[in-house]
Amino acid sequence: MKQLAYDAVVVGGGAAGMAAALELDARGHSVLILEREDTLGGILMQCIHNGFGLIEFNEELTGPEFAQRFEEKVSARNIQASLRTTVLDIREEEGLRVVYAVSPSQGMMRIETRAVILAMGCRERNRGNIRIPGTRPAGIYTAGLAQRLVNIEGYIPGKDVVIIGSGDIGLIMARRMTWSGCKVHAVIEILPYPSGLTRNIVQCLNDFGIPLYLSHLVTDIYGKDRVEGIEVTPIESGALMHEKAFKIACDTVLLSVGLVPENELSRNAGIEIQPTTNGPWVDSMLMTSLPGVFACGNVLHVHDLVDYVVEEARRAGANAAAWLSGYRPSREIRIKTGSNIRYVLPARLNPERENRLYMRSLVVKNDARLEVRLDGNVVRSRKLAHVQPSEMLSLTLGPEDMAAAGRDSVVEIALV
Amino acid sequence: MQELICITCPMGCHLSIDTDEHGEMKVTGNRCVRGEQYAREEIFNPKRVVTFTCTAVLPDGSLPGPSSNLPRRVPVRTTAAFPKERIPELLEVLRGMTVRLPVARGSTILERALGTEVNVVVSRSIGA
Repeated sequence: MKQLAYDAVVVGGGAAGMAAALELDARGHSVLILEREDTLGGILMQCIHNGFGLIEFNEELTGPEFAQRFEEKVSARNIQASLRTTVLDIREEEGLRVVYAVSPSQGMMRIETRAVILAMGCRERNRGNIRIPGTRPAGIYTAGLAQRLVNIEGYIPGKDVVIIGSGDIGLIMARRMTWSGCKVHAVIEILPYPSGLTRNIVQCLNDFGIPLYLSHLVTDIYGKDRVEGIEVTPIESGALMHEKAFKIACDTVLLSVGLVPENELSRNAGIEIQPTTNGPWVDSMLMTSLPGVFACGNVLHVHDLVDYVVEEARRAGANAAAWLSGYRPSREIRIKTGSNIRYVLPARLNPERENRLYMRSLVVKNDARLEVRLDGNVVRSRKLAHVQPSEMLSLTLGPEDMAAAGRDSVVEIALV
Repeated sequence: MQELICITCPMGCHLSIDTDEHGEMKVTGNRCVRGEQYAREEIFNPKRVVTFTCTAVLPDGSLPGPSSNLPRRVPVRTTAAFPKERIPELLEVLRGMTVRLPVARGSTILERALGTEVNVVVSRSIGA
């Protein structure tokens, strides 16, 4: 078995992993990126559409362009990346973190390290996760898998397509399939509002006259060897209107029904996972319940923009570097979710430093107000013209906001 | 009357576009000036950035095999937004094109596409 030693190991070479590695390297720490694919870049490599980088680079890039700008920085800094490498285990052995990994060229690797950055990203929810009844024919794909088949492998998965769920990947694939000569018959969404961005509804559905059925549920899939059609049932006042159900003929069904952080490795390592995000619990340094193990990007919580992913990953990388240099927060304040807030990250604040908070709304609302309360007293209030669950909110709190904080203080974030 | 959803910001204002008695365009439903600008552009000159993939071919002219680590498609993009009504025509051209590997990001594969000022460039460097 090959023995290696690095100050820090980054698991995953997508946008988050590369951004975190660059920060560690810039602060003089040796770092190794472990990536299971043939190239760095992660999911960005199959996202050939534009719209990435407006915050990071002040221009609209495609996914591969965004990824390769980071990849070039990584190789310019001579940061080591082990490709086609699968991480098997993260353990503690004699006071050291040890990462076990395997690759075709290196065989088994045992890497001793002092800090680990989790940046494994997320994966798609599938048919089993949302329990669609019906037969099990060929022709049912998650939207991201279809995206990979079309954009990288060069296969068209079918000709007559229905998309279940109005997530952004599904919307992007509606346009991609249409531009590839397929007919997209409908997008079916269970909720009364779309879960993707408005710009994608306009540019990927309305541009092509693709109908979007809100408050509709797919209640059956037909076909023996290949998908032949689906049954769609309207939902009114929370009840299925079976007498109004209708069929749509198709040979392909794409699912865009949400993403789940990919945390098998974290769970195996004994890291505490939060049920609201499906990602690790993290403190004010983005450090998980395992000392020296940090998390960032979509493995921590699913982001809507890669620009936010790299922003968070840089912070995780800088914090890991500070940790390696011996920094420890002298105290932390607990954060609590208030009304209309699904989750807030991180779970702790450092009252002596600047803290960047990410949160999601539970509701769709115009003219909302985001309130920060310290032990019940409003210390910050911000007006928001529009909030919805699919748009992540962020907020920066500094020492001045927490001047009155005591030992057992609690910060509550609420939408009113 | 025409209806549009403004996509300039996440508010998503529902715009109604009418012509007043002097033949001037009149936009209602917008909560800021950008909504009117959006409607004007969308009605008189709708454009979209087009992204697509072309077939990758190896230096000897063959296609990357199934055991190859190389992608079989090369992602491409227009350098600017392209007139919307001519997008099907552009896609027809791109469907017939191959890109020879290795290729560098930013390489132009189609100059002044269909006589416009817009080029089509490769959006990913791929070795061979």
